[in-house]
Amino acid sequence: MIIYGVAFLALCTLVGLFIGELLGKLLGVPANVGGVGIAMLLLIFIGSYLNKRGLITAKSEQGVEFWSAIYIPIVVAMAAQQNVFGALSGGPMAILAGTVAVVASFAMVPLLDRLGQKKPEPVADKPLTTPQR
Amino acid sequence: MYESMMKVIGGYGLVSGFAVIGVTMWLSYWLSARLTRGRLHGSAIAIFLGLVLSYFGGVLTGGQKGLVDIPLLSGIGLLGGAMLRDFAIVATAFGVNIDELKRAGVSGVVSLFFGIGVSFVAGVGVAMAFGYTDAVSLTTIGAGAVTYIVGPVTGAAIGASSEVMALSIAAGLVKAILVMVVTPFVAPMIGLNNPRTAVIFGGLMGTSSGVAGGLAATDPKLVPYGCLTAAFYTALGCLLGPSLLFFIMRAVAA
Repeated sequence: MIIYGVAFLALCTLVGLFIGELLGKLLGVPANVGGVGIAMLLLIFIGSYLNKRGLITAKSEQGVEFWSAIYIPIVVAMAAQQNVFGALSGGPMAILAGTVAVVASFAMVPLLDRLGQKKPEPVADKPLTTPQR
Repeated sequence: MYESMMKVIGGYGLVSGFAVIGVTMWLSYWLSARLTRGRLHGSAIAIFLGLVLSYFGGVLTGGQKGLVDIPLLSGIGLLGGAMLRDFAIVATAFGVNIDELKRAGVSGVVSLFFGIGVSFVAGVGVAMAFGYTDAVSLTTIGAGAVTYIVGPVTGAAIGASSEVMALSIAAGLVKAILVMVVTPFVAPMIGLNNPRTAVIFGGLMGTSSGVAGGLAATDPKLVPYGCLTAAFYTALGCLLGPSLLFFIMRAVAA
């Protein structure tokens, strides 16, 4: 049943966020420490375990796949409620600080990518996508 | 008639949100195919449209939530709010390849520390160029360049002025929006086309909304890898900002 997949996703999300909250309390940080990331890991590992034992039917999988597919529209809705006006009226210093941070971070991506590759593994770098035309 | 329409749209906010976003998506994919021959992803156009509209929403209402401050469109707030956003991000993890993830794990952790360091230094550098010299203001603005949550959290902890806190939030907002818009264009230049670089990208950029939007506009397959590392960024920033980074700045500024 589709609801099993949705409920599994919901439980992973809630447990992950709960662990993130607890970690925040423990570390004394006023933020959720990686709750979404922990939830993703739970979904990945519990999901693959259940899959191996044949406990997830194709129908239940659809419950997760729907939300995965609706992700982009949700991100568009998220974009529509960003405080763009506030960002741009922050003045030249705020705009410059944000821009320099982004440019510097982008520049670091290829550097860190090279840094971590001790053993060249050609399989690891196979592009997931075909280049856009 | 107007009243009845408002009652339906207001009362069924989430459903109206689906309708409005669906139409926006259709328009964006149409524009993508017609004007750019698919060169620019429809999702990238949709996200950009959303940001432009939210600018006008902010100008019209003076509110802080873009388009959502217009009562007729408040349903979008529910659809794009933190709850459904996080729910959908977690769902994307279902297609993740465990081996790819393990291979990139260490790089992801390293990139988190580098990402916070690089953005912080960039923010501090700009603040210095604009004449700030005290450790509290410098740290707060640097933390704002990390994310718009780390900025005010750090500022509140070390006693920054409200003016500096507002600046740090604005810097973080600029970062998030810029990442959403620019990522699809920069992706080919920095090799952002595989799970490994996506993990590193998520750790370096860190702003959850920026990474979520930027990767969606680049390649939806990369979303879970980037969002997984980005999920730890803000918390790590909140941890380091008022402590280590502030101590370093106090030593440097003195």
